[in-house]
Amino acid sequence: MKFAVCVSQVPDTTTKVKIGSDGKTIDPAGVTYIINPYDEFAVEAALQLKEKNGGETIVISVGSDKNKEAIKKAYAMGIEKGILIKTEAEMDSYTVARNLADVLKDINADVVFFGKQSIDYDDSQVGNLTAEMLGIPSISVVVSLNLEGSKLICEREIEGGKEVVESVLPAAICAQRGLNNPRYPNLKGIMAAKSKPIEERQPTYTENKTEVLTMTLPKPKAKGKIVGTDASAVPELVKLLREEAKVI
Amino acid sequence: MSKVLAFVESRDNKIKNAGFETASTALKIANELGAEAEVLLIGSGVSSITAELGAYGIKKVITADDPRLEKYSTTAYSKILAEAAKQRGADIIILSATAMGKDISARVSAKMEAGMASDCTDIRTENGNIIATRPVYAGKAYIDLKVNSPVKIFTLRPNVFKPVKADGVSAEAEKFEVNLDDSDFKVQVKEIIVSSEKLDVTEANIVVSGGRGLKGPENFYLVEDLAKVLGGAAGASRAIVDAGWRPHDDQVGQTGKTVSPSLYIAVGISGAIQHLAGMSSSKCIVAINKDKDAPIFQIADYGIVGDAIEIMPVLIEECKKVLSN
Repeated sequence: MKFAVCVSQVPDTTTKVKIGSDGKTIDPAGVTYIINPYDEFAVEAALQLKEKNGGETIVISVGSDKNKEAIKKAYAMGIEKGILIKTEAEMDSYTVARNLADVLKDINADVVFFGKQSIDYDDSQVGNLTAEMLGIPSISVVVSLNLEGSKLICEREIEGGKEVVESVLPAAICAQRGLNNPRYPNLKGIMAAKSKPIEERQPTYTENKTEVLTMTLPKPKAKGKIVGTDASAVPELVKLLREEAKVI
Repeated sequence: MSKVLAFVESRDNKIKNAGFETASTALKIANELGAEAEVLLIGSGVSSITAELGAYGIKKVITADDPRLEKYSTTAYSKILAEAAKQRGADIIILSATAMGKDISARVSAKMEAGMASDCTDIRTENGNIIATRPVYAGKAYIDLKVNSPVKIFTLRPNVFKPVKADGVSAEAEKFEVNLDDSDFKVQVKEIIVSSEKLDVTEANIVVSGGRGLKGPENFYLVEDLAKVLGGAAGASRAIVDAGWRPHDDQVGQTGKTVSPSLYIAVGISGAIQHLAGMSSSKCIVAINKDKDAPIFQIADYGIVGDAIEIMPVLIEECKKVLSN
């Protein structure tokens, strides 16, 4: 069987966002980039299916040279092959998906894995978009996964519960935290990943369907009120919530 | 001339709150553009609930009503929305950014080659163009964007837009003939597991979240009790989810859930930047933490600097007392 994983490289969750000089993107100075945290669950899921069912694994990323680090992280965890669709352009979700689909259509993977969203633009679109472009079903926000013959049985998170979803293969899966515990790469894996080649390809589609006009920081809040320093402040707090903020 | 089509989510023939928010917002945008707004309902038996949308000023409801649509199918639902949009001549499609809405919208985006602004916290018209505002980096920044493709899709963050009631409007229903075969059900929900009737943090109007300051998982009941008294939901910081005190679906923050309730009470949470990202758009924030320099106090509207374990029982009793009056 063939398992593909799509990954991205994103600012670490501890990043303090500063707006770049174009007023539309963040200032990358001093930002540490990591593999998108949800993509690690996707990589782990692909590896587990391969270990159980045999076959091959491939990782694909769309972006600049910095995305090679995400591919290398996937290599270090155990993925065998990698493709970088290399671009310096800011692509929206539709455009990223088009490029992924153009590469994936010749790979014919049985399952294509994604993280449920990348933690930079938080669009939650690329997995479902790519699946539709490939003409295959998709299951998103997946927290458990079983391959039974030629069927995938998954649980996906919805508001206030879970859906048990059944799909035929090939299919796309968008991984949510909780799906598994991503393995830590061992030293041998990390060393091997460093020298493993990454195939580079040109993007096949570059035109965005959306246009960012401005990026702004949230308005700073006015300084709040410290009501007290122990339980005796509770009645005053509740009174404020009821009479001033009118929220209870 | 534009036409707006809103997909309104229902489960078990009950329209979700987010669905009314989406219907109202679609109507508002349509009015600003001088366009018509129609609503699409998908399910089995949804023809019986169309009248409820009249109460929100919707004049026309399209129903895809078929026993095979009782349980959600990503492939079938997205096919219906795309085909209904084409048949109705809709060029603006609006959905809620719920688990279902996110699923369907992305597939319709691919089907109709339509650009999308997802999880919007504001949409408005300027000179006939729709401008959307949406959080990025989990709310550490916001972008204003516009969609340039002929068909445009917007998904709206639940709990942000206000449903607006209208008097004297009755919704006319029209059946959308669905052409479905087995290949449209390549993926389908078999069963729904409701998590112990508990209210999800993303849907709650009041969220009480706990962190390390609770000292141990045995004290989390304080958070749950206060949430219950206030009719809200209980959430957790990443620290205590990582420590195994709480399941990951309780987690509020950048790698958890993003919430914007009217009241957010952070109990023993210091406010790491990734936590603040997930809750800073809450309308009123209360912090209870013993460290006066904790970052949570920088965004809190009200705070008590003190030990959560001592303060919480008193707070629960006081809320009970006040709310019973």
